[in-house]
Amino acid sequence: MSKLLIKNGTIVNSNDTYVSDILVENGKIVKIDKDISISDCDVIDATGKHVLPGLIDLHVHLREPGLEYKEDIESGSKAAVHGGFTGIACMPNTKPVCDNAVTVGYIVNRAKEVGLCKVYPIGAATKGLDGAELAEIGKMKKLGAVAVSDDGKPVATGQMTRLVMEYAADFSIKLHAHCEDKSLSGDGVVNEGKYSTFVGLKGIPNVSETAGVVREIAIAENFNKEVHICHVSTKESVDAIRQAKARGVKVTAETCPHYFTLTDEAIVNFDTSTKVNPPLRAESDRLAIIEGLRDGTIDAIATDHAPHHVDDKRVEYAYAAFGITGLETSFALSYTKLVKENGFTMSKLVKLMSENPAKIINVDGGKIEVGECADLAIVDLGADWVVDKTKFYSKGKNTPFDGMKVSGQVFATVFGGKIVYKEDKIYG
Amino acid sequence: MLSKKDLLGLNDVPKEEIELILDTAVNMKKLLKQGVKKLPNLQGKSVITLFYENSTRTRMSFELASKFMSAVAANISASSSSVAKGETLIDTGKTLDSMCTDVIIIRHPVGGAPALLAQNVKASVINAGDGMNEHPSQGLLDMLTMKERFGELKGLKVAIVGDIKHSRVAKSDIFGLTKMGAEVNLFAPSTLMPSGIDSFGAKICSSREEALSGANVVMGLRLQLERMKGGLFPSVAEYHEFYGINDSHLKLADSNAIVMHPGPVNRGVELSSSAIDADVSLINEQVKSGVAVRMAILSLLTKK
Ligand SMILES: [Zn+2]
Repeated sequence: MSKLLIKNGTIVNSNDTYVSDILVENGKIVKIDKDISISDCDVIDATGKHVLPGLIDLHVHLREPGLEYKEDIESGSKAAVHGGFTGIACMPNTKPVCDNAVTVGYIVNRAKEVGLCKVYPIGAATKGLDGAELAEIGKMKKLGAVAVSDDGKPVATGQMTRLVMEYAADFSIKLHAHCEDKSLSGDGVVNEGKYSTFVGLKGIPNVSETAGVVREIAIAENFNKEVHICHVSTKESVDAIRQAKARGVKVTAETCPHYFTLTDEAIVNFDTSTKVNPPLRAESDRLAIIEGLRDGTIDAIATDHAPHHVDDKRVEYAYAAFGITGLETSFALSYTKLVKENGFTMSKLVKLMSENPAKIINVDGGKIEVGECADLAIVDLGADWVVDKTKFYSKGKNTPFDGMKVSGQVFATVFGGKIVYKEDKIYG
Repeated sequence: MLSKKDLLGLNDVPKEEIELILDTAVNMKKLLKQGVKKLPNLQGKSVITLFYENSTRTRMSFELASKFMSAVAANISASSSSVAKGETLIDTGKTLDSMCTDVIIIRHPVGGAPALLAQNVKASVINAGDGMNEHPSQGLLDMLTMKERFGELKGLKVAIVGDIKHSRVAKSDIFGLTKMGAEVNLFAPSTLMPSGIDSFGAKICSSREEALSGANVVMGLRLQLERMKGGLFPSVAEYHEFYGINDSHLKLADSNAIVMHPGPVNRGVELSSSAIDADVSLINEQVKSGVAVRMAILSLLTKK
C-alpha cells in the first residue's frame, strides 16, 4: 500500500520539538526516527521546515447546503488544506439549518467524497436555531455531529440553554455557545467606543458579549455541565472565563486570529471586510486576548471562517454581512502575532491550533506519534509573504488582511497519509 | 480649490480648506444679500441630489445653491434598506456617472455611504448627511454664522446641548470647530451621549450650567421624538425640564451669546419658544448661511 516519507523536518508536539523523519503507511504514522531510508515511496523533503499535527478548526461556516454561492464543502475543504487544516467543525446555520440527522449525514458524506480533510458537523442546539425546542441531538450525534450550537445567535433563553447543556451531556457532546445579549447589541454593527462614534455607526458594547459569557458560565456551573465559549473578543469575557476556570467550572473557550491581530481602528475607512460579529474590539481587549491565550484561559484558536459573496459586502457598512474568511490566513496570523511578536513557542501554538481543539470536540489528532493518523501540516516559518485574497481557494474573499505582510507559510498538508496540498497545488 | 474630489466630512478637510470655503461663502452671502441670484460658476455642470432620507430644507438649499450658479440640477428620491433588494448604491452611482453627472449630493441613513459612493464614481460626492456620521455643509454653515458674528472662530466657546449621540451635525461641528481653535462643550442625557466623543477634542459637561457658563454660542439639537420609544428618554416634559434651554439658562452664557439650532426646531422641547424667537437667535441666519456655504462648496469642488 501507499507509503510516504517525510524527511528531516522539525516535529512539533505540545510537549516536545525534535528533528526526525516520519514514515507513514496506510494513513498511519508507523515510524518516527532519524535517517529512515526506504525506497519505493513518496518523499517530502522537510529540511528546515516544521511538521505539526494537522490543524483543527472548531468554528467554520461552510454554507452548504443552501448557500453554495458563498462557499461549499469542496471550496471550504480546499481552503482548509491550503491553510494547514486537516479537520474543520462546521456550524449549522445553513439552508436548511443543520438541525437533523439527514443534514448531518449529508455533510459527512459530501466531505468524504471531496476527501481533502475531515469535516465535523456541529448540529443546531434547537430546531431551526429558533431557541424554542431541542433539536434531535442524539440522532445528530449518532451520524457524526461533534457538538451543538445555535451560532449566529445565542441560545435564546437561559432555560433553553440549561436544557441544551443537560441533554447534550447525555450524548457526551456539549454546547458551543455564541454568547451575546441581543438587547445590548441592538442593531449595532461595530464595537462601541470612540471609533464607532468617529464613523457614526451603531455600536455593540463589550458587555453584549460578556453578559452572554457570564450567563453560560453560570448555567454550566449551576448544573455542573460543560460549555465551550465561541469567539471570545473582550477583556471582560477573558476575565470571566479565567475566574470560572479557577472555580472549577467545566468551561473551554476559543478566540479568532482577527481578535488578536486587529482592533476597531480598522473600521475608519468603512471597509466592510472588517465587519464581523462579535466586532473587532479595542487595543486593551486585543492584549487581554493574547494574555488569555498565553495563560490557558483561552484554549483554542478557531477562525470563525465566514465566507461571503462579494455582493454581500459591496454595500453600505450597516447593510453588509457580518463575517471574515479565515482558513487561509489563520496559521500565518497566529504565528506572526503570537510566536514572533509575543514569544509563544511553537509547541504552544500546536496546543492552541490542534491538540486542544481535538480534545474539545473529542476527535483524533493533535499529536505526532507512532500509531496516530497521519494528518499533518508542514510549515515554513522562514517564509515571509503578503496575503493575496485572489489566491484563496475559499469562495469568500472577505478578508481585512489582504495586502498584509505575514510570516509562516503552509508548505504542505497531509491528510490520512496522502498529500492533499503542497506548494500551491491541491491534490484531490 | 480643494485637494479632494469629494466633501465627505469635516474630519478630513484641512484647516486651510475650511478657511477657503468660509471666505468664499462670505462673498457668496454678500452677493445673495445684494439680490444676485445668477452666477456663472457652475455653467454647464450637472448636479444631482440623491436622497435616501426625507429632508426638505437641506435638499432645497443645495438645489437653490446649484441653480443660483447656473447648474443643471435634478433630484432623485431613493429608498434604501438591507432587505428590499433594490439597486445597490454603487450601481446607482455608476448610472449617474454614465449620465455625465458632475456632482452627486447624497443623504443616506447609514454612516459611510457617501464614502462608498465616492470610491466608485468619477463625479464629486458631497455628503448631505450620513447616519450618525457627518453633515459637513451644516457644520460649515454653522461656522460661517459664528464667524460672521464674532469675527473669528478661534477661542469661541460653543455649547452644544441635546441628542449628541444621533447627531451628525454635532459631529461635524465638533470636528470643524476644534480644528479652527474653538472650544466645544457638550451636554446631553447619558443615554444620548456617544461613547468616546471627548477623544475628539470636545468636553463632556456634567450639567447644563457647566456647559453654558460663559458660552458665546448656545446650540440646541433636534430631538427625534421616536427616541422615547427606544427608551432613551422618558418624556418630552422631563426632557425639556432637565435638558432643554430657556431664557434663564441663556443668562448663564456670555452677554453677547447667540442661539443656534440646525432646525427644524421642536418648540418647547430642546429650546423654549422665547429662546427661539429671542433677538440673539440666529436660526434664520443659519438658513441664509446654508445657501451661501453650499454655493461655495459647489463652486470650489467643480473648479478645475
Ligand atoms: Zn458566532
